[in-house]
Amino acid sequence: MTGKKSLGQRLLAAPHIVWSVLFIIAPLAVVAFYAMTDSSFSFTGSNFSQIFSDGTSSVFALSLAFAFFSTVICLLIAYPLAYFISRCKPRNAGMLIMLFMLPMWMNFLLRTYALSFLLEDTGPLNKLLELIGLGRATLINTSGAVILGMVYNFLPYMLLPIYSVMSKIDRSLIEAAEDLGCNRTNIMFKVIMPLSIPGVVSGITMVFVPSVSTFYISQQLGPTDFVLIGDVIETYFKSSAASSYHVGSAISLVLMVLIFICMAVMNRFSDGDTGGALV
Amino acid sequence: MKTGSKLYMAFVFVLLYAPIAVLIFFSFNSSNSMAVFEGFSLKWYKELLHNDEAINALVNSLYLAVSSAIISTILGTLASIGIFSLRSRSLRKMVTNVTNIPMMNPDIVTGVSMMLLFALCGTVVAHGILGFWTLLIAHITFNLPYVILSVMPRLKQMDTHLPEAAMDLGCTPLQAFFKVELQEILPGVLSGLLMAFTLSLDDFVISYFCAGNSFQTLPIYIYSQTKRRVTPDMNALCAVIFVVILILLIVRNLMAGRQSGKSTRKARS
Amino acid sequence: MSNKLLELKNISVCFDGEAILKNINLYICNGEFVTLLGPSGCGKTTTLRIIAGFVNPDSGDVLFDGKRINDIPPYKREINTIFQKYALFPHLDVYENVAFGLRIKKLPESEIRATVSEMLSLVNLKGFGSRNVESLSGGQQQRVAIARALAVRPRVLLLDEPLGALDLKLRKDMQNELKGIQQRLGITFIYVTHDQEEALSMSDTVVVMDNGVIQQIGTPLDIYNEPKNAFVADFIGESNILDARMIEDYRCFFSGREFKCLDSGFSRNEPVDAVVRPEDVDVVPVGEGMLCGTVTSVTFKGVHFEIIVDIGNFKWMIQTTDFHEVGARIGLNIDPDAIHIMKKSEYSGRFGDYSTFSDEIEEMSINEEEN
Repeated sequence: MTGKKSLGQRLLAAPHIVWSVLFIIAPLAVVAFYAMTDSSFSFTGSNFSQIFSDGTSSVFALSLAFAFFSTVICLLIAYPLAYFISRCKPRNAGMLIMLFMLPMWMNFLLRTYALSFLLEDTGPLNKLLELIGLGRATLINTSGAVILGMVYNFLPYMLLPIYSVMSKIDRSLIEAAEDLGCNRTNIMFKVIMPLSIPGVVSGITMVFVPSVSTFYISQQLGPTDFVLIGDVIETYFKSSAASSYHVGSAISLVLMVLIFICMAVMNRFSDGDTGGALV
Repeated sequence: MKTGSKLYMAFVFVLLYAPIAVLIFFSFNSSNSMAVFEGFSLKWYKELLHNDEAINALVNSLYLAVSSAIISTILGTLASIGIFSLRSRSLRKMVTNVTNIPMMNPDIVTGVSMMLLFALCGTVVAHGILGFWTLLIAHITFNLPYVILSVMPRLKQMDTHLPEAAMDLGCTPLQAFFKVELQEILPGVLSGLLMAFTLSLDDFVISYFCAGNSFQTLPIYIYSQTKRRVTPDMNALCAVIFVVILILLIVRNLMAGRQSGKSTRKARS
Repeated sequence: MSNKLLELKNISVCFDGEAILKNINLYICNGEFVTLLGPSGCGKTTTLRIIAGFVNPDSGDVLFDGKRINDIPPYKREINTIFQKYALFPHLDVYENVAFGLRIKKLPESEIRATVSEMLSLVNLKGFGSRNVESLSGGQQQRVAIARALAVRPRVLLLDEPLGALDLKLRKDMQNELKGIQQRLGITFIYVTHDQEEALSMSDTVVVMDNGVIQQIGTPLDIYNEPKNAFVADFIGESNILDARMIEDYRCFFSGREFKCLDSGFSRNEPVDAVVRPEDVDVVPVGEGMLCGTVTSVTFKGVHFEIIVDIGNFKWMIQTTDFHEVGARIGLNIDPDAIHIMKKSEYSGRFGDYSTFSDEIEEMSINEEEN
C-alpha cells in the first residue's frame, strides 16, 4: 500500500475518535468529576465516605452476592445445555440455538414482566400448585424470585458463547483423545472442558455485569424495600436533591471499578482470550 | 444418555417459554383478571390499537432506531477501515479499547455518565436538552462498538491485495473502495446495521437516563406501564412483539439457509 | 512376515446410499509397513478409520490378533492414529500432549516422565517440552503427533496423509525419518497417501485402491513392474498403455506388428492391454527400429528428455538421454522384458495415449474426480 492512501484511510478513523472522546471518555470524566465534588462543585471525598457510612456498602455486597449466585446457576444450567446442543447435527443445532435465543430478542422489561405475571400470588403458577394440591406459595416478592429473574433474563447470554466455542472444537481433537484411550467422561474433563473455558469466561462476563447492575428486576420481583446497587444509583439520579448526582456518581464509579476488578480476575483464568463473544 | 439430554433440553425450554406462553394466553382473556381466564376475546388487542401513547412510543422507537443504526453504521464502518489501517499496534489497541467501553461497562453506568454530561451541558447552554437528540447521541455511542465488531473480522479476512489489484486494473483509490473493498465487507456492514437497529430498539436502561419527558420510546413506555397497576393490553403488546420477532427470525433464517444453499451449489458446479 | 496381525474381511461401507467401500479383503502382518494408495475419494481414509474404530462397517469383520474387534471402541484398541492435521490439543503444551494418553492410563509420574522424554528424543524434539503447540512449525507439530501416538505403545500406527501439509523438502526428510522410526520400533505402520512416489519408497506392501475397490496388493516392485490393470499402470508412474492381442504364449501383437514378450497363460488371440514404461524404450536410427515415428514434442526434465512420439496416430511417451528435434523421425526398439501384458478390465481404454498430455489437464481431471 502506498503511504498516501494509507494516510487517507487512517483519517477515516478521525470522526470516530472525536466521537469517542466526546461521548465515551468525557462522560466518564464528568462522572469522576461529580463523584469528587459536592453540590457547589468544590472537591470533597465525602461522597465516597458516605458509601461506607450509610449502608450502601452492604447493598454492594448484596448485589455482588446475588449476581454471583445467578451467574453460577446460569453456568450450571447453560453448560450441559450447550454441550447437548453442540452434539446435535449442525442443522438441528442451529434450530435449537435459535429457539433458546429467541426469548433474548424480547425486551428484558417484557420478560421480567412476564415472569412476575406468572409468579403472582393469584397468578397461573400458584393456580397450578393449588390444582395439584400443594397449596399456594409466596413466589413473587422474594429474594428467590430476584435470582430466578436474573437467571431467566440472562441465561441465553451464557448459552451462546459456550455453545459457539464448543461447536468450534475440532472433531478430530475428540477422535484423537478417543484414540489415545479416553472414554466419554475423560473426553469431557480432559478435552471439552479445558477447550471451552474461553466461552465460559465470556458467558460469565455477559451474565455477571448486567446482573450486578440491574435495577428493574429487583423492583419487579423482589420484596418491598428490597434494593440492589442499581436501584440505589437509579434513585440518586432520578432524585432532584442537590447533592444526589454527586453521591450517585461516586457509587457508579465504585461499581465500575468493582466490575473491572472482577473481570480482570476472571480473565486471568483464560489467558485473556475471549473466545465466543455475543456477536 | 440420549433421552436424558432431550429431557434436559425440554426442561430448559419450558423454563424459558412458560412465562411468555402464559402471558400470550392471558392476552386473549375477556376480563382484565390476572388469575382467571374467563373466555376468549381480542378486546385487549383492539384496545392496544387505540392506545395512542403506545403507538406513539413505537413510532418514536422506530424513528430513533433507524436513524441511530444508519449513522452508527456509517461512522463505524469508516472507523473500522481507519483503525484497521493504523500502523501503530498500541494506538490501534487503545482506540479499540476505548470503543469497547460502552460494551463492557454496565448499561446503568453508561446511562448515568451520558446523563451527567448532558446535564452539565444543560446548565451551561440551555435547560432541558434531554430528548431526541440526546437519545440519538447515546444510541449511536453504544451501537458503535457492535458495528465495528462485525465489520472488523471481514476486513481482517479480506485479501489485502484486492484493492491493489483493483487499482492495478485502473481504479482510483475511491473507486477501488466502492467497487471492491466495500463489496467484500458488505455482509459485515449489513449485520452491523441490523445489530445496531435491534439494540437501539431494545435498549431501556441507557434511554431511561437520557430521555427527557418530551420523547418516550417503547421500552420507556413499557417501564412506566409495568411499574404501575398493569392493564392486560400490556399482555397483548407482549404477544404482538413476540410474534413479530418470531417472524423476523424465521425469515432471516430462511434467507440465510437459501444463501448457504446457493453457495454450496455454486461450489459444486 | 506370515503372522497376520490385522485382517479386514468382506468390508463394505455406504454413506448416504453411496458405496464408499465395496467388499474389501486385506490382511496386514506384524511389523509390516503397508501403504494404502489411491486418488482422493477412493476409500483409503475410510479404510483407515474402520481400522481405528471411528467408522463402523455396514458389513464385514475387522480382526485383530484373530479376534473380532468391530464392537470395540477406539479407546480400547491397541491402534493409534496420526491425524491429517495432527489434532494436537491446543490447551496443552508439547510435554502434556505427549503425556496425554499415558495420563489417561493413570501411569505413575516417573514412568510418564521417562516415556515422554524417550519419545521426544525419538522424534528429535528434546527440550521442546514446555513449548506451546501452536507456536511450532508444521514439521515440529508432525513430530509431536508422532511422539504422542507412539507414547502409548500401540501395536499398529495409522497415518492419514501425515505429510500432506509439509513442503517438498521437509516431506522427503520426514519420509526417511518415519521409515527409520518404523524399522527401529518394529511396529506395524498403515500409511495412507495419494503420492505414488511416497508409497513406493517407504512401503513393504502397497495396496492400490480406486472407487472403493482394492485394485492390487503387492510389493512396490511388483506394483510398478507388473500392474494388474490399466488403472494401476497409469496411477503408478508413466506408462504407454496399448490395445494389444496375445497371438500365443510369449508372442503379442500391437502397433501393427508382433513383439516377443515374457507373458503367458492367455488364450489364443485374447485381446489384452500391453504396458511399456517410457524409460524401457530404446531410441535407434530409423532403419534399425522395430517401430518408427515422428517426434511431436520435447521437454527437458533434467536427467533426461521426455519426448512424445507419434506412431500410427498413437502418441508414445519416451524418456531418453539424447536430444531429438521436433519433427525428426526416429526408430524405437522394445525388449521382451519391457513389455507387460494385462488382462482387459473396466479401465481399459480409459487411459489412452499421450496425445492430450499436459500436467495441467491431468490436474483438472483429478479435480473433477474430487467433485
